[in-house]
Amino acid sequence: MRQMYLVALLLAATHATADESAIKLKEAPGADAVRANCAACHSLDYPIANSGFLDAKGWDGVVTKMVKTFGAPIDAADARTIVDYLSKNYGR
Amino acid sequence: MSISRRALIAGSASVLAVDAFAQSAPPAVPLARGLPPGVPLAAGLEALPGKKPLIRLSYRPPNYETPVAYFADAITPNDAFFVRYHLSEIPRIDPAAWSLTVSGGQAEVKLDLAALKAMPPAEVVAVCQCSGNRRGLSNPHVAGVQWGYGAMGCARWKGARLKDVLAKAGVPQNAVEIVCNGADFAPVDKTPDFVKSLPMWKALDDNTLLAYEMNGAPLPHWNGAPVRLIAPGWTATYWVKHLTDIRFVDMPFDGFWMKSAYRLPLGLFPSVDRFVSQETAVNTPITEMVVNSLIVSPPDGVRIRSGPLAVTGLAWDGGHGVERVDVSLDEGAQWRPATLGDDLGRFAFRTWRFETHTNPGPLTILARATNAAGQTQVSQAIFNPAGYHHNVVSRVSALIT
Repeated sequence: MRQMYLVALLLAATHATADESAIKLKEAPGADAVRANCAACHSLDYPIANSGFLDAKGWDGVVTKMVKTFGAPIDAADARTIVDYLSKNYGR
Repeated sequence: MSISRRALIAGSASVLAVDAFAQSAPPAVPLARGLPPGVPLAAGLEALPGKKPLIRLSYRPPNYETPVAYFADAITPNDAFFVRYHLSEIPRIDPAAWSLTVSGGQAEVKLDLAALKAMPPAEVVAVCQCSGNRRGLSNPHVAGVQWGYGAMGCARWKGARLKDVLAKAGVPQNAVEIVCNGADFAPVDKTPDFVKSLPMWKALDDNTLLAYEMNGAPLPHWNGAPVRLIAPGWTATYWVKHLTDIRFVDMPFDGFWMKSAYRLPLGLFPSVDRFVSQETAVNTPITEMVVNSLIVSPPDGVRIRSGPLAVTGLAWDGGHGVERVDVSLDEGAQWRPATLGDDLGRFAFRTWRFETHTNPGPLTILARATNAAGQTQVSQAIFNPAGYHHNVVSRVSALIT
């Protein structure tokens, strides 16, 4: 997990522009897991722009697709944390 | 983006929601009405290198849409043309080092840019529109890039005919599709690379090009330099950018971006072009664009002095050609024809103009395009899970004072 976190940070650092770092997720339990896992492949404006219409089932579908279809190396515990965070903070 | 600018954007959006006609400063980001509530919090106006400020919907991968004001003409300027990527590793390609490999034919062929340019050139004016343009207006909303109206543009593309390139490699008798790959890739190895296929009939069509010029200039990096596939009439998912590899296959290509993504429930849309080798019992790959229009002026939500008013806009379709555009000023009770502008070909944006006289009060303007196949726009979006093919009758509201 720690190793993955470092890898994710390095990847994010490689590709982030100065502006991208201005994206501020809501600070709540799970935000670190989102930053550590999701930012490896995409900027974190995605969940913000997609907020307000997905319920927990909807966010679970999104995270499952990221793992199963797009191959995101997110372990099951983190995936649950991320779904929980997104549902509570960016849900319907 | 600074906090103050973010606040300004959010503030502008709420002003729009409460009173679209409030005499405040124009919104910092010209967002469509009806987008999910998170979009104004995430979007910004920002210029990528070589581009004008466009509506940034995501930083990485870069997804930037063209503000409606740039659609005043049938040709969209290169520096205002929308940007859409699925995968965030996007190499800048040195044109002198680029080559295209065509494999699976009678002989493997490798072409550099000079060789491609030495082939007989062809040009086509064609609309490049994301399948998910206007996804943000889907009801209910669906996950994805929350596009408003600007995930599209029209350019004069110049390049070699794909069929001439394929002939160099020798088209195998048993070829079912060609499979096209570009240089962009994902940060994670397990993410399916963005690879698309075309049926042979579309690949061999005279209008299908490998373009190295866009509106008389080399392709911008963000639009696929140095060479991209041009599939006129079909949605932009097939217009593979930074093209590096083409291969013939004798079986339907089963990559994720064909087999699972960009699918429509079978029979839901009135498509004429079929991609039979990819059809299943329940769904079909998206093919040609549905007929559509956009009111460009007046912009939505403006105040205008009463008197003469010229309503202008664009219409386009999947290559049958725009036959007419009708405008209604009474919520669709009566429709009157707009005057069509220059015809740049059946794949191009067609400008149109409608002159009227306005009196003080609220005014709603509707526009509806009809194509040569008799297809027209819908009054309510046809829901589909990925939010494709939104072609609801175009609508703007203005307050005449």
